[in-house]
Amino acid sequence: MTDATTTPTDLTALTALQTGDGRDGMLGPYGSRLLHGWYDTGRAAGLDEHLRRYGPPPFPRTAAAADRLVRAVDDAGLTGRGGAAFPTGRKLRTVAGGRGTAVVVANGMESEPASRKDETLLDLAPHLVLDGITLAAAAVGADVAHLCLPRTRQNQAQALREAVEERRRVGLAPVPVQVHELPHHYVSSEETSLVRWLNGGDARPLATPPRPFEKGVGRRPTLIDNVETLAHLALIARYGPHWFRGAGRPDAAGTTLVTLSGALRTPGVYEVEMGLPLGQLLDIAGGPAEPLGSVLLGGFFGSWLPAEQAVRVPFAKQDLAALGAGPGAGVIVALPARTCGLAETARVLGHLAAQSARQCGPCRLGLPAVAADFADLAWGRVTPEAVRRLEDRAALLAGRGACRHPDGASRFATTALRVFADDVRHHLRLGPCASAGDEPVLPVSDSPAPDDQEWR
Amino acid sequence: MAGAHSLGIDRIACDGYGMCAELLPELVDLDEWGYPIMGSAPLTGKALGHARRAVAACPALALRLDRPPGPAPDRRSAPRS
Repeated sequence: MTDATTTPTDLTALTALQTGDGRDGMLGPYGSRLLHGWYDTGRAAGLDEHLRRYGPPPFPRTAAAADRLVRAVDDAGLTGRGGAAFPTGRKLRTVAGGRGTAVVVANGMESEPASRKDETLLDLAPHLVLDGITLAAAAVGADVAHLCLPRTRQNQAQALREAVEERRRVGLAPVPVQVHELPHHYVSSEETSLVRWLNGGDARPLATPPRPFEKGVGRRPTLIDNVETLAHLALIARYGPHWFRGAGRPDAAGTTLVTLSGALRTPGVYEVEMGLPLGQLLDIAGGPAEPLGSVLLGGFFGSWLPAEQAVRVPFAKQDLAALGAGPGAGVIVALPARTCGLAETARVLGHLAAQSARQCGPCRLGLPAVAADFADLAWGRVTPEAVRRLEDRAALLAGRGACRHPDGASRFATTALRVFADDVRHHLRLGPCASAGDEPVLPVSDSPAPDDQEWR
Repeated sequence: MAGAHSLGIDRIACDGYGMCAELLPELVDLDEWGYPIMGSAPLTGKALGHARRAVAACPALALRLDRPPGPAPDRRSAPRS
């Protein structure tokens, strides 16, 4: 993965937006917003450069101004960029109206192994995220904000602590921001895991209700937003909802960061307009490097789609939902036609089973069974009855955990069985195919399952 | 149906004793490891009475009766970052 170190090559696909239209900071090259600085300079933006480009963040000083900010986010149609695409304005309003002083949590955990966009954004435009955190805190009346990062990125956490301190010195810190380093397990990025850890417990999901927006950190109403969502909010606060809607579609507004990987010529993190056909997004990353068989959308929490169907579908919640998929956190992996999708899926399911918090029956028992069945299908000998049992077991995981981990694994397995149906028939008849032993396309770490002491 | 209770479960607390399926066979099924599979159908009349008994009998205190949803968003549409 090359992160944002690759420059988009397909200019025609990218210049649908006007570039640099007079008001400095509003739009960078290729219609970029969050990555404007990167496309301009090719390096991370410090505070001075950030303020030169975008100007100071307009902190609301009165309740009426805070309400106007919430309304602007509502009108902009901003949705969460962490996976669920929930309307951000509605979430702000709910937390602002909650009982007690609110808390803001910025989620920069990015536990999806094929995602790099949050790490990239925090590296390249840290002050945009910090603007967003403090503006959101002002909008909901919070008196403290927490930025949660994985413990694996210590240099980044240190850089952000310094950035927070620099802002405090120049008077850009109306609300204190604390930077935290949490255990880096797959389910540790789930919002209730953050709340539980910040309250002194394990970074493992909690049973709900209460949801964090009702009672979260310190049992106070807690706004939890992905770091990219907050960076968009920082620009909406400056330029307004109309400007935000200048990219994307009425029902899928703005730009979004995507991590494009797999069999593409220039994989990396890109900022794209919402609503573009997926094929066009692949072209922004240089296009397929070889014939594609399928596309994984949404990472290990996502869905497989056949390549020919995937390239036509617009990257927007509504269109993707019709195919049983979603934008997720913008993770898009192009799988070559020569690859064994069953082997890819089996490896990921093994990882998901190992990475579960082992708190609920379906994750403790059902998910490992599904992973073992899938490994048999990929690398062993199976009967048609065993495949039917696998289908049943996979379907039964959904909706039966404290968090959505089993739902994600269920979707991942179920869509694989559908999209790779030809491979299933082939494996049933002849055993593992020649490519089942190939080098994996999807990045699966072989780190062992976390033990009970490793969640704090 | 507005105003009706429904069965809820704390999946972390649940230890798979299976009392709920024993007492509410028409509402609760068990998977092959003994963990409950249940819908979220509204409960009224006799079923509500049976459900109350099952909730009281759950050895893990995992089973509960959820009150009718208030103004807050429901679980499916709840914010998740």
